[in-house]
Amino acid sequence: MMRRILWMMRTRNREFFRDRSSLGWNLAFPLLIVAGFALIFSGRASQLIQVGIVGGPEAARPAFAELLAAKHTSFVVVDSAERGLDRVRHHRLDLLLDPGASPPRYWISESSPKGYFAEKLLLSGGGAAGSAAGLSREAVSGRDIPYVEWVFPGVLGMNLMFSALWGVGWVVVRYRKNGVLKRLRATPVSAFEFLSAQILSRILLLVGVAAFVYGTIWLIYRFECRGSLALLGFTFALGAVSMIAIGLLVASRTQSEEFANGILNFVSMPMMFLSEVWFSLESAPGWVRAAAGQLPLTHLVKASRAIMNDGAGLAQVQGHLFALALTGAFLLALASAIFKWERD
Amino acid sequence: MSCVQPLLEIRDLRKIYPAPRGKAGVVRAVDGVSFSVRSGECFGLLGPNGAGKSTTLEIAEGILSATSGEVLYKGAARGPGFREEVGVQFQNTELPLYLSVRETLEFFSNLFTRRMPLAELIALCRLDDILERDNRKISGGQKQRLLLAMALVNDPDLVFLDEPTTGLDPQARRHLWDIVQRVRARGKTVILTTHYMEEAQILCDRLVIMDHGKIIAEGTPRELLDKHCAGASVVLPGATGAAALSGLPWKAFDTGEGVEVLTEDVSATVRALLERGFDLSRMSVRSRNLEDLFLLLTGKDLRA
Repeated sequence: MMRRILWMMRTRNREFFRDRSSLGWNLAFPLLIVAGFALIFSGRASQLIQVGIVGGPEAARPAFAELLAAKHTSFVVVDSAERGLDRVRHHRLDLLLDPGASPPRYWISESSPKGYFAEKLLLSGGGAAGSAAGLSREAVSGRDIPYVEWVFPGVLGMNLMFSALWGVGWVVVRYRKNGVLKRLRATPVSAFEFLSAQILSRILLLVGVAAFVYGTIWLIYRFECRGSLALLGFTFALGAVSMIAIGLLVASRTQSEEFANGILNFVSMPMMFLSEVWFSLESAPGWVRAAAGQLPLTHLVKASRAIMNDGAGLAQVQGHLFALALTGAFLLALASAIFKWERD
Repeated sequence: MSCVQPLLEIRDLRKIYPAPRGKAGVVRAVDGVSFSVRSGECFGLLGPNGAGKSTTLEIAEGILSATSGEVLYKGAARGPGFREEVGVQFQNTELPLYLSVRETLEFFSNLFTRRMPLAELIALCRLDDILERDNRKISGGQKQRLLLAMALVNDPDLVFLDEPTTGLDPQARRHLWDIVQRVRARGKTVILTTHYMEEAQILCDRLVIMDHGKIIAEGTPRELLDKHCAGASVVLPGATGAAALSGLPWKAFDTGEGVEVLTEDVSATVRALLERGFDLSRMSVRSRNLEDLFLLLTGKDLRA
């Protein structure tokens, strides 16, 4: 049994590496995306001081009218202080103000140079003079996470999703359509062996590609992974299992490549936009956040972001890892149970 | 009837599909087919497209399930070892992409416990010249030889070949026949489907003729010809109007390419044709073959 699985893995890997266009795309796509975003967002942070205001600027009038009139400063609506804190911690907000609290509170990151100026701006405001002494100051520790560093785990996760869904789902449908599955069925290969080989081969390829992309991005931008690389690798492997499981479920009975393509798009598009690959859903309605929280890509992106950006350990991300493992196991069991070699 | 146990026995096999959308009833792709195949022989299923040959074969291979009926291998239901002992060549199979001929053989060979040494297999199927060539860059004849080799990687006792020479030019077809005969010489049992009567005559020890999912004749090629096809076939290329011969004791057909009369008395037939005003300038007379037998049994051309 093991020999058959190994030979099917070997054959699938050969196919992957010899299909130059597909290999090139798998490697180049995430690099291009990250490089593009690094270019687009490289200048933004230096232009403005970003102040988050709980309840929005209107809630800060009239007490903080002068602050609101300051030049070169942008004001961001924040739903609650808790949800703004992470952004202060990662320097994506220079200062967070809660004018509705009693006394009004503000948070800055001590290590942020722009936070220093934002605080000066807040405290020197004439309108706030009377209340400045009454402001409650809270320091947040953290360090600057450039957007490129924030977006990178998301791009890696997204690439893994596309590669798993199409590299397994679409490929198995193609095998079924062109008779390769039928040919394998005429050998002692069982459905379990065939599916195992597809899964193992894809996990190896996905983790390998992710490592290559990670290494290349690291060489260019020199950012660090604050958590354990082994944990990050494990997280990606679990993410790969759950994405491959979705791909296999789609492929378990589908006969047409076009239909498979449609279904894979239907599955991947919501994940791409709702799993915080590109932007945070902090200000999205509660039900959207709740729905997004169930998506495997959300778990993968949140866990890998926590490990890379915040140095999270196993204890902090175990919920995400458990969700990924559970999704993968359940969908794989379902896909194996309903898998058909071909239409009878 | 031999008392030796057949290697493969098919009993009252049926495969019934629902009718296509918009049509009533069901489609009886295979309708009560029974036959047995002895060890070491080459057994043929002959018939036109849609006769149910491939469906019968795929049920016997265990690829399709039957609606009813039995398939016995070595006297018992097919067990887990069946796939190790048989080789299958399908009619239309894409080869794995991005692999060379050698890699394809290595891959399929390693899916089996029992294996024919690769060098032996390569020599048997004459693949030496194209071993390192990409699967996508081989000709139709080479592809059929590779597919046949893939069916032989496990040195099977029983080989299923589904229309192994369809679409090949005459030379490539003869090469493949030669390989099949060498496979037989190794003591293998072969079951093949074909719609080439010449192929059936050359390769098969026994055969069944199928039409509309049923067996309409069975025997050795010689027996079938002697029983059904004593006499000759008079062919008038380009002629029409077989109906004008309906009063005569011989069967006459419009084949699409001309008129064909299956007769036991050539002289009387020629006189009758002249009397009815047929132009005999391009007439030919030949002894009958399996194709004529098929025409006689079903009233239609084997390749129609």
